[in-house]
Amino acid sequence: MKELVILSGKGGTGKTSLTAAFAAITENRVLCDADVDAADLHLLMAPTVKQETDFTGGGIAEIDPDRCSSCGRCLELCRFDAISDDFVVDPIACEGCGVCVDLCPEQAIDFPIQTCGQWFISDTRFGPMVHARLGIAEENSGKLVALVRQEARKLAEARNLDLILTDGPPGVGCPVIASLGGATALLIVAEPTVSGIHDMGRAADLAAHFKVPAMVCVNKYDLNPDQTGAVEALCRERGIAFVGRIPFDPVFTKAMVYGKTVFEYNSDAEINSAVRRLWETIAASPEMNPA
Amino acid sequence: MIISVASGKGGTGKTTVATNLAVALGPDVQVLDCDVEEPNAHLFLQPAFTGMEAVMVMVPAVDEAKCTYCRKCAEICRFRAIAVLGETILTFPELCHSCGGCVEVCPEDAVYETSRKVGVVEWGTGKGQTAFVHGRLRVSEAMSPPLIKKVRSFARPSGLTIIDAPPGTSCPVIASVKDADFVVMVTEPTPFGLHDLKLGVEAVRLLGLPCGLVINRSDIGNDEVWRYAEAENLPILMEMPFDRGIAEAYSRGEMVVERFPEWREKFVDLYGRITQLVEKGGRK
Repeated sequence: MKELVILSGKGGTGKTSLTAAFAAITENRVLCDADVDAADLHLLMAPTVKQETDFTGGGIAEIDPDRCSSCGRCLELCRFDAISDDFVVDPIACEGCGVCVDLCPEQAIDFPIQTCGQWFISDTRFGPMVHARLGIAEENSGKLVALVRQEARKLAEARNLDLILTDGPPGVGCPVIASLGGATALLIVAEPTVSGIHDMGRAADLAAHFKVPAMVCVNKYDLNPDQTGAVEALCRERGIAFVGRIPFDPVFTKAMVYGKTVFEYNSDAEINSAVRRLWETIAASPEMNPA
Repeated sequence: MIISVASGKGGTGKTTVATNLAVALGPDVQVLDCDVEEPNAHLFLQPAFTGMEAVMVMVPAVDEAKCTYCRKCAEICRFRAIAVLGETILTFPELCHSCGGCVEVCPEDAVYETSRKVGVVEWGTGKGQTAFVHGRLRVSEAMSPPLIKKVRSFARPSGLTIIDAPPGTSCPVIASVKDADFVVMVTEPTPFGLHDLKLGVEAVRLLGLPCGLVINRSDIGNDEVWRYAEAENLPILMEMPFDRGIAEAYSRGEMVVERFPEWREKFVDLYGRITQLVEKGGRK
């Protein structure tokens, strides 16, 4: 079984639209939305939820005023400025470390486990999909990303499907790190802008650090052919496979408005042959076909 | 006054709004780029950096000569960043949240604090005499909030500070918008833009902060975002239609207000609307 994780570094370069387009032209795949913080793939996939499960993270400190003797020990211990002078915990600032809970001399601090999101197994017109929703302002996004990927893998095994298409989060931090370990390969979707190149470089550094093979494509390449050339040069310099260029085309946005992939929205569009070529290059790449 | 520019969805134009607003209102507006995972504002403001500081977080180390393998440190750690296996004690610094619990609880004083570099902050003066600060998370480092907090510690006590926030709605975003006087949510009128805008607005409201919208590429997609704004009583502060010229200028790292001077006034108006809303809020 293979897993392609689609990343970008910079947000808004077209990760989700491309993931959805790949879903439309592949078979025997499981879709996985690993951008649990601002998940969007479901807007194109219209999933029917078959199974919904709460995601529980850690605890959050809660001081019981009846048991509290106002000794101030918790204030002294808390490194996150989460406790007010009148001994009320700010649940947003609380890191969930539990140090105050364990060391309160009056045992006046509870530590209720938080439900910080839900994850789903769904059916779509392109096969099964695993996705999630992290609660607003919640921690533990990395854990939830790891969980949805693990569930996608189980599902692929159980149903004998040989490909997982994972839509990744932006950035290079905790959720991104959780989205790439153990992947067969990464596709980094760059855009031909100074920011797109800068951020693609950092995503490529991350892939190299964790030794996951990466490929790069440029979306909206004709917006600035010189910058597209710079991306290709950077890939050559670093020994990263450059796998394709997708032209700028408002059809991506139009398809999105109708909740469709570009292939469903307009099967004649020029963009379709570019996306299809991109997928064929990826599918045949040494990165996706390790010895 | 602190204005945070956030979005929910990535790539909607946060950096464009934050940097152009600063230059349009300059000189001497402060810009803090808190998207430490993928900082971009410097590519547009092109600051000459005059200072740099490594940002460290506290992580535990163990003096094995003193350790009795009592496991108290491993028991208090909710992040599994310290483990005792028989007569071996292991620390996993990348999992550590720097809570200090292990140090506090060790009866032998065997666990002590040491530090680890998570990134750097750099500062200098950028275009339009902006006072610029940003953080760069070390690639492979998972936790950005300590670095974001460090960048925010540079906020000046008076004058205008504009924060370029990261996308999403989780801890890095909260760290970047918390305690701001106003949050500008930059969105685009597409299903993805609207969906993530709603999440972003929920986060901002959870923190009890006033916010308004900038609708970028306002002539693509559909009109759902205007209906949402009306239903939710969210003021629309500015609209920027899609313009290939602007998109191309952006791709080269050019500032909109420099390349297209007619936009300068629009960004000044944007600031005018924000100050009006902040003042109105303050009088309530």
